[in-house]
Amino acid sequence: MDSLYFNLNHPKEKTNNIFKNIFQRGSMILVAIKADFNWVRMPFSNIAKSDRTGKKNPSPISARRSSSIAGGPRLKPGSVVPRNIASVRDDGEQDDDDANAWDNRALLKPDDQLNLTEAELKEEITRILKANNPNAPQNIVRFNYKEKMYKLIPHVEQLAIHFQMDGNLIPVDSEEAKRQLMMKKDDENSPESESEVVNAETEVKPTEEEDEDGNKRVAGQKEKKPANQFNFSDRASQTYNNPSRDRGEMTEPPPRLNFSSNATQWEIFDAYLEDYEQQQKSKEKKPSSKTLEKQKVKKTNQADQGDDMLKVAKSAKILERMVNQNTFDEIALDFKYYEDDADDFRDQEGTLLPLWKFACDKAKKLSVTSLTWNKKYTDLFAQSKGLILLYSLKNPSYPEFIYYTESGVMSLDFHSDYPHLIAAGFYDGSVAVYNTAESTQVPKYTSSARNGKHTDPVWQVKWQKDDLDGNMNFFSVSSDGRVVCWTLAKSELLFTDVVTLSLENSLESPDGGIVAALGCGTCFDFNKQQDQIFLVCTEEGKVHKCSKSYTNQFLDTFDAHHMAVYSVVWNSFHPKIYLTCSADWTVKIWDHTCKDPLFTYDLGSAVGDAAWAPYSSTVFAAVTADGKVFVFDLNINKYEPICEQIVVQKKKTKLTHIAFNSKYPIIIVGDDRGNITSLKLSPNLRKKPKEKKGQEAPKGPEYEIPKLDKILSLVRDPEAASKQ
Amino acid sequence: MSVSEVEETIKRISAHKGVMGLIVVNSEGIPIKTTLDNSTTVQYAGLLHHLTSKARSVVRDIDPQNDLTFLRIRSKKHEIMVAPDKEYLLIVIQSSDTNQPLH
Repeated sequence: MDSLYFNLNHPKEKTNNIFKNIFQRGSMILVAIKADFNWVRMPFSNIAKSDRTGKKNPSPISARRSSSIAGGPRLKPGSVVPRNIASVRDDGEQDDDDANAWDNRALLKPDDQLNLTEAELKEEITRILKANNPNAPQNIVRFNYKEKMYKLIPHVEQLAIHFQMDGNLIPVDSEEAKRQLMMKKDDENSPESESEVVNAETEVKPTEEEDEDGNKRVAGQKEKKPANQFNFSDRASQTYNNPSRDRGEMTEPPPRLNFSSNATQWEIFDAYLEDYEQQQKSKEKKPSSKTLEKQKVKKTNQADQGDDMLKVAKSAKILERMVNQNTFDEIALDFKYYEDDADDFRDQEGTLLPLWKFACDKAKKLSVTSLTWNKKYTDLFAQSKGLILLYSLKNPSYPEFIYYTESGVMSLDFHSDYPHLIAAGFYDGSVAVYNTAESTQVPKYTSSARNGKHTDPVWQVKWQKDDLDGNMNFFSVSSDGRVVCWTLAKSELLFTDVVTLSLENSLESPDGGIVAALGCGTCFDFNKQQDQIFLVCTEEGKVHKCSKSYTNQFLDTFDAHHMAVYSVVWNSFHPKIYLTCSADWTVKIWDHTCKDPLFTYDLGSAVGDAAWAPYSSTVFAAVTADGKVFVFDLNINKYEPICEQIVVQKKKTKLTHIAFNSKYPIIIVGDDRGNITSLKLSPNLRKKPKEKKGQEAPKGPEYEIPKLDKILSLVRDPEAASKQ
Repeated sequence: MSVSEVEETIKRISAHKGVMGLIVVNSEGIPIKTTLDNSTTVQYAGLLHHLTSKARSVVRDIDPQNDLTFLRIRSKKHEIMVAPDKEYLLIVIQSSDTNQPLH
């Protein structure tokens, strides 16, 4: 504690500055300061005198002591401490004494110093110098007049003033100094007055006489510069300033990306639409979010497997059609626009213009056993052989769908209301329903030996209207002599035998029993107006008129042909008229109320198929085994075909089937080599009734039925007709 | 439609008479399947990708509910057909005169 004496001989301001510096820095300064003031306050004149006399004036006037500042740190005795020492020297002689005194004082020990052991001495005690004044009161309470209560004053003045002194140094060139100098001059003349002035100004108490002596001496030296009344030295040590050092580091620049985009109207539109959809989704599917996630995971897995190529599937399909369109550009134009001008000069006869040929490598040399247009998608048709092929006019080079079947396909039909459903009859007697909307090769329904499949080839299948329960159903006919109605129940195909084609003359078996012989059904057709009435034809050349209501009885039976009947078709408009075609080279037109045919045409070869045109009640077409297509229009010529044309490349090729398109003026014919040819009917073959002025061209059954009736009446009763 | 069917369709198209090449381009204009040589493919893919997006922009700017479905470019020598899907472009180059394939 006592090893350091901090003699503060500075004038007040300077002292304060030192302390301020210490406080402001706030750094840990281990300083013990002990103020020991040998401070003498002297009148101005005193100094001059003592200087001269060499007398010492040891009387200290005031000294403020403080053992430590702010609870200052304890220092080990004898340790080296920066010192700030100022000693008062009254004169030059004092110098040596003072120095001695210093030495002595360093060795001196105060009386009350503790004697510490060696261990205690070595103990390091660290104290921190804080800016807080430990002596400041912590809990000052003052009476607040405003609130009329005692209040705690939270802020305490932390500034401790350890020393304060009013200085009496005056700048030489100030007014005051001049005045005092003037007074000194006067002093020589009137010491009395001078002393009075001094008394008044400097409150100097001791040694009035000496003062007078001094003054006298000063008076001797005129104009003497007023000396500093204290001979003090100032020692200061500065704490070590930590050198400030700047340190910087370059970070790696964050990755930057230039992005520019134009927001177009449609992009904004899409964004809104997407947002809207998401909102809808989140509304709907909040409760089942967990299952959704699972599904999503599954879906993504599948998508991964599915590869990218699936996404271009649709585009690929379009492009394939496009390429075909380019290749068959001329045919497409012919299909759409070509009308044979020669028809104008030929008057009655017409021609067939071959368009696309449909051939598939897979179906080579397989006979076309059935041809059907789709009733809704009028560019789509199906052909059957050992395969089921679905072609579109838009892509003649490759079928849209291919179904491989175990057995040969004998018959096909598109459902009129559900265009994706195809009924098929097979050579082995089974029937099946394919769904083109599903991408499987397996039929949706199929009949088996257990649920009543035919035992012979199914020659024809035809969809019927939905039954009373709303189930879809179709009929089939087979050479085992049964006509069966198949109903599509939820998971299986139910069958009902509608008619059994029993022959009138049952055969006697060799062992004497009677065997009920059955006719071999080959084809059937439902009346377009009364759908309970239908015709079934047999290989024996008979036509049975049946009704769904009477299952074991024929309404009528005609001996129509000598050989197997290949096809029977009701007229598109007239409810009574139908035609049959047979292997006995003939096509016959019948009224179902008459036993005899109305017309009979011998085409010189087995007639594979015949069909009524969908646009006229009097036009029909037939194909023969010698590769010819015949087109008749009864309205124009009742006896001769208006078109007879060979449409196959090779002579031996047989034509097997024909089908009119319901919308476009084209027919398709299939041959026994697996090729299908599409043919455009020239204008003469599809003659429309002439338009009368101011009237629309007559159309529809209202016109078509009388037209046919008129012709038929000529046949039935030529004389009566001619009278009319 | 299975992947094999798509592959088959693409094979059929590229084997078709007059078809010089078929390129499948993804949404970034990078060809992912081609029947042409590398440099031609890159050129076609890059240019047509730009053209298609521009064409779509035109169509959709006029009516945001409308969309581009197909792009045909007829030139003296070729016909370039582009089927723009959401993520892929299918490009087929067919010579205009199918009787005289140019390559």
